[in-house]
Amino acid sequence: MTALSALLVRDMRLAIRVGGGALMGVLFFLIVVTLVPFAVGPDLVQLRRIGPAILWLGALLACLLTLDRLLAADHEDGSLDLILMGGTPLELSLLAKAVAHWITTGLPLVIATPLLGLLLDLEPLAIGAVALTLLAGTPALTCIGLIGAALSVALRRGGLLLPVLILPLTVPVLIFGVAASNAAVAGPLSFGAPFMILCALTLGSLVLGPFAAAAALRHGLE
Amino acid sequence: MALVGPNGSGKSSLLRLIAGLLRPSAGRIEFQGGTAERTIGEQAHYLGHLDPLKPSLTVAENLDFWAGYLGDRDSPADEALAAVGLGALTDLPAAYLSAGQRRRLSLARLLAVPRPIWLLDEPASGLDAAGQERLAEHMREHLATGGMVVAATHGPLGIECEELRLGGSP
Amino acid sequence: MALIDLANPTRFLSVTERVLPWLAAATALAFAAGLYLVWAVAPDDYQQGATVTIMFIHVPNAWLAMGVWTVMSIASIGTLVWRHPLADVAGKSAAPLGAAFTFLALLTGSLWGRPMWGTYWVWDARLTSVLVLFLMYLGVIALWRTVDDPARAGRAAAILTLVGAINLPVIKFSVDWWNTLHQPASVLRVGGPAIHPSILTPLLVMALAFGLLFVTLHLAAMRNEILRRRVRAMWLLQAHPAQGA
Repeated sequence: MTALSALLVRDMRLAIRVGGGALMGVLFFLIVVTLVPFAVGPDLVQLRRIGPAILWLGALLACLLTLDRLLAADHEDGSLDLILMGGTPLELSLLAKAVAHWITTGLPLVIATPLLGLLLDLEPLAIGAVALTLLAGTPALTCIGLIGAALSVALRRGGLLLPVLILPLTVPVLIFGVAASNAAVAGPLSFGAPFMILCALTLGSLVLGPFAAAAALRHGLE
Repeated sequence: MALVGPNGSGKSSLLRLIAGLLRPSAGRIEFQGGTAERTIGEQAHYLGHLDPLKPSLTVAENLDFWAGYLGDRDSPADEALAAVGLGALTDLPAAYLSAGQRRRLSLARLLAVPRPIWLLDEPASGLDAAGQERLAEHMREHLATGGMVVAATHGPLGIECEELRLGGSP
Repeated sequence: MALIDLANPTRFLSVTERVLPWLAAATALAFAAGLYLVWAVAPDDYQQGATVTIMFIHVPNAWLAMGVWTVMSIASIGTLVWRHPLADVAGKSAAPLGAAFTFLALLTGSLWGRPMWGTYWVWDARLTSVLVLFLMYLGVIALWRTVDDPARAGRAAAILTLVGAINLPVIKFSVDWWNTLHQPASVLRVGGPAIHPSILTPLLVMALAFGLLFVTLHLAAMRNEILRRRVRAMWLLQAHPAQGA
């Protein structure tokens, strides 16, 4: 356990030190949400209607763009070699890195959501629903993104490869996240059903993500 | 054991093979006398070309992390840092270190977590004369306690050892 | 980092040490006078009632939001043209203050908007431009945070600041155009050119108070930044004793 907590603490420290990207995700989120009204117009009725979707899209992009460095930085300075060699199972180490990433990127997005909800004139109920679905859904985004990060490191290609690989895989999370948020405000579905599916997706990817990422890294060794 | 040979003769690849970071296309690597249920990688330290350090963390934080991660315990980093001559710089961010100091910090990892096999790839690169002397001393101590050192090198290691020459004879 | 570079900041440190207490006292006095005028002298607006009081906080902050960027732009020219060691210190210390004033302007505007418009936020041209300005402040701060070496970060931030200064009117113009194109639901606006002196005087005193607050905080932040760089220089010296002297 010491090994995993050491990794967790290190990754969280790195995220908040100079050059770390902890608040960059939130800033990116804020900018994406600000840009949408410029594209669709300042009509509050319209913004209120598409608000949950905007927030989800913004969070999705903010989450994925910060994943690029999750494994690449450790690959570049040789840390990843030692993580691969060490006695700790690679799956658990990757899970620890994913948890650190979620705490420093996903969680701030959830916390920033109410403020951005006000910009889009969402009802308090809708803000609560979006924040809750993001809280349940962003861990899935991190874990799915972990697979992409591992693949792009294993293939030694950075940049846009990761989002291209990963964005299609996030479609179910997006569908049920937005569906649950909308259901809470407008109906006709109940909030519970899509929200439960969203939770199931998160739990599934918590298991699948580290295993697939570890497999990708091991195959990158050839 | 010292691995010598011209550039491109496969010294680094051999070390990475032993460490388990490359997969052999044929054949097997066996290690006699170790714990059978653990891989060689788990019983070995690998010191590659790169220094796995984070510039924004302090010297002590960098070493504490590897001691905690590789050794699975909170080990006293101060002793290892003093042994490589970085005792005065523990709270300095690693970004301020020179290449040789970064190398010493990487070496401190080997001292902080005891493991029987040391796989060293150009361990002396970036080190000054005093640093090389210290390195040889650490290797001698490690060998004296029954450890094993496999080092790829161009220069003299400063210790008595076997030599494995790779590549065609010059 | 040669010793001659520290000569000027040293004089700066000793001068500001003497000036800062007076500035802080002047700021406190100006705030006391301003707040007294706001609450005791200025009349409630016949339409908005007591909520008009927010204006006395909102407007000075909005002015400073733009004013601080101007200060940063001048500092940037100092960094790029004269390479003055204090210039990028000034630019770096001003950015978080500017972001804070901009945030306060947005926050008070939003609180003011609640009783006026019935909602916390309206994508009104002026508010939206200030929001974009806020994002640009955060961008400059993010740039400073990303690069560890102050000299390199300083030049990059100076270029970004100047590009921002050139772009701000363009952004303002396009946001105005975007807003009239879309015709927002309802926007009320107080004031106009004729403001009664009973409102104007407290407003100007409050603006003066906030201006003094900025100068005080800015000088204090610059002192901190200079000291932080000295700590950094001492670290470097500690790591490489041979090259530092």
